[in-house]
Amino acid sequence: MGLFKLKDFPGRGSFANGIHPPENKEYSADLPVEVMPTPEKIVLPLLQNIGAPCEPLVKANQEVAAGELVGKGKGYVSAALHSPVTGKVQKIGMMTLPNGRHLQAVFIKPEGEQLEGKALWDDVYGGDWPRDCPAVIHAQQIADEIQAAGIVGLGGAAFPTHVKLAPDDKKMIDTLMINGCECEPYLTADYRLMVEAPDAIISGALFAGRATQAQEIVICVEDNKPKAIEILKERTKKTVIKVVSVKTKYPQGSEKHLIKAVLDLEVPIGGLPSDVGVSMSNVATIAAVGRAVIRGKPLTHRIITVTGAGVHSPKNLLVPIGVTMGEAIAYCGGLKKEAVRLVAGGPMMGFAFSDMDAPVTKGTNGIIAMTDDDIRRENETNCVRCGRCVDVCPMRLVPTKLALAAKYKNLPVAQRYNMMACFECGCCTYVCPAHIRLVQLIRSGKALIIASQKK
Amino acid sequence: MNETSLENIKDIPAGEDKPLIHVAPSPHIASTSATTTRMMADVLIALFPIMCMSVYLFKWHAVRQIAVCLGCCMAAEALFAAMRGRRATLADCSAAVTGIILGLSLPASAPWYIGAIASFVAIGIGKVVFGGLGMNIFNPAMVGRAFVMISFANLMGASAYEQPGLGIDAMTGATPLTALKQAGSMVPLNDMFWGLTNGSVGETSALLCLIGGIYLCIRKTACWEIPAGIIISVLVLAGIADLAGPCSGYLVLHHFLGGALLFGAFFIATDPVTSPVTPKGRFVFGVGIGFLVMIIRLFSGYPEGVMFAVLLMNALAPLINRWTIPKTLGED
Repeated sequence: MGLFKLKDFPGRGSFANGIHPPENKEYSADLPVEVMPTPEKIVLPLLQNIGAPCEPLVKANQEVAAGELVGKGKGYVSAALHSPVTGKVQKIGMMTLPNGRHLQAVFIKPEGEQLEGKALWDDVYGGDWPRDCPAVIHAQQIADEIQAAGIVGLGGAAFPTHVKLAPDDKKMIDTLMINGCECEPYLTADYRLMVEAPDAIISGALFAGRATQAQEIVICVEDNKPKAIEILKERTKKTVIKVVSVKTKYPQGSEKHLIKAVLDLEVPIGGLPSDVGVSMSNVATIAAVGRAVIRGKPLTHRIITVTGAGVHSPKNLLVPIGVTMGEAIAYCGGLKKEAVRLVAGGPMMGFAFSDMDAPVTKGTNGIIAMTDDDIRRENETNCVRCGRCVDVCPMRLVPTKLALAAKYKNLPVAQRYNMMACFECGCCTYVCPAHIRLVQLIRSGKALIIASQKK
Repeated sequence: MNETSLENIKDIPAGEDKPLIHVAPSPHIASTSATTTRMMADVLIALFPIMCMSVYLFKWHAVRQIAVCLGCCMAAEALFAAMRGRRATLADCSAAVTGIILGLSLPASAPWYIGAIASFVAIGIGKVVFGGLGMNIFNPAMVGRAFVMISFANLMGASAYEQPGLGIDAMTGATPLTALKQAGSMVPLNDMFWGLTNGSVGETSALLCLIGGIYLCIRKTACWEIPAGIIISVLVLAGIADLAGPCSGYLVLHHFLGGALLFGAFFIATDPVTSPVTPKGRFVFGVGIGFLVMIIRLFSGYPEGVMFAVLLMNALAPLINRWTIPKTLGED
């Protein structure tokens, strides 16, 4: 924490506790984004976001064009789904996502002419990005276009973005925060986006600011990305957008902690950023908003980082959403023999998978191939109550107590110690000298609480 | 949650040519610097200079106390673990730490069987009956010491420290705190700072306790809140006693440097198992120990009170944990 204070904001640029895992971003940080060629197949699960699943609008053997709607969101907290390629629907069948959900998916085989290489990059992030938002566009209209484009949070949580960016009379938004922290080790997808396509983010931010009617727009970047901060500062000079550098620390990119670090506000337990007048979205999400509103294009592509010591040539890739993990890894030279674990997302909160046919979804920001040296598997020993988990918990919980309560299914104690406030960042398990899987136990405890509330 | 499913996760042998991928819940990385064994090894490193000093001062008497306690604690740990049908838990060094701290807290003149009995009580009643490492309520070394202190009062009390017949220079007079209590005389502060005074085997040198303690705090093996709480409250209470008495400033430093205060503050009270887990709770715990130490030193029949103060506060640690649950981010 220290005496350091941000120049334009009440926060200190940091929050209490947290950890400093090795960043391991050097595998891919300096590699420009490559456009992946059109893959052999596309798998589009019908639920890629928090909220309700989509209803399929296509049938087997139907031809689809790139950008065509293939799934319609059911309800308000839901997102539409579009085909990233021109091709033919093979089937609508079941599949399993890395997070363990079994659900329906649309399988598409790309056929005919596709947008490739530089043309695809220009279509998604390249080219000109006008900054002046025509005054005739109404705020709600922007939110509607975001909804139609099927945009969800691309930072990992995949919450439907139109819900966050819609004007709301009950909860006024003062500040639109754009999250470029990328605090998870290994991942560099957001960093490359900020360096290579800052204009897409800035245009998107101006439109998103209009949609939320926020007074202030601020892009937050961790101070381990000086190049991104410099470029964004340079490009935002003539706009209202501010760029703020926050301390490099995991989990700085968590929305509650970033709000604390920048605005010194605490989001109430169980509340949303809008409760303190903040709307927060990831940089990639905001770039997708720009693309949707300015170019009228749905969310069909994203940048992912394929990295780790277990993959032959790490890359930052622009991929169509729905490409299988196997094809993305194969494009990066395939796995080395030492690879023992594949993770979709970051190493702290991502999901391990073994099915190479699982697709990259809207919320997948990276694929990490880890070796035995990277992951530490040791036998659990007794808790010595050293309190390291308490010292690192960014929510200021008592993880050891919560884990015990979960282990013995003691729900009253779990609730007294605010178990539901845990957002499973994994700091406690990371530091535990007894190798106790604290966050895993807490996760099971949270599931028990949710189950008991449903009764 | 099935306990066996989380324990003993063994590596799956990788295939010949193809990588074998297996899954596990996040997080997928872990800190490599922190392990329980490493924490215990840190304590041993910090105790090493103190052991050297004790051997310099008390010659082979110190070697005997440390060796007997170390050996008996390890033997007791192995024996009791076997009786419970558990894997031997010697590798984590926790029994070794208990043994060395126990040995360092005995008077040099105590016969070998005192250390042996104390060790078996420390590990058996202090630790294993509660369920082994991490489960005990009271600091095992102090449980063992309290047992022999009460059972063998003449071999452990003030008279045990005054043994001119042993031929050890330091042991010709009373310990600084006994001298203060009984005769009102004070040992030069310099001697207490460097450790050239009488006392339990490992407690004499304030300087080496400070060096070892600060090392532990920097390594985060011991927390800084407990020693800080103890030292602050002792300084405040001794200061009040000082203001009430004739000596100006001298008594405060005498209480600060004398007896087992610094050894206890950094090595005994900071035992993570028997102290609170929350930062605020640790500070309260430290203040409580300091308060009790001074009450015992000033008003009881004992010249020194670190052992009883630690044991009393150990009993309160669960309660302190309850009182000092940190405020969750976003909680009203």
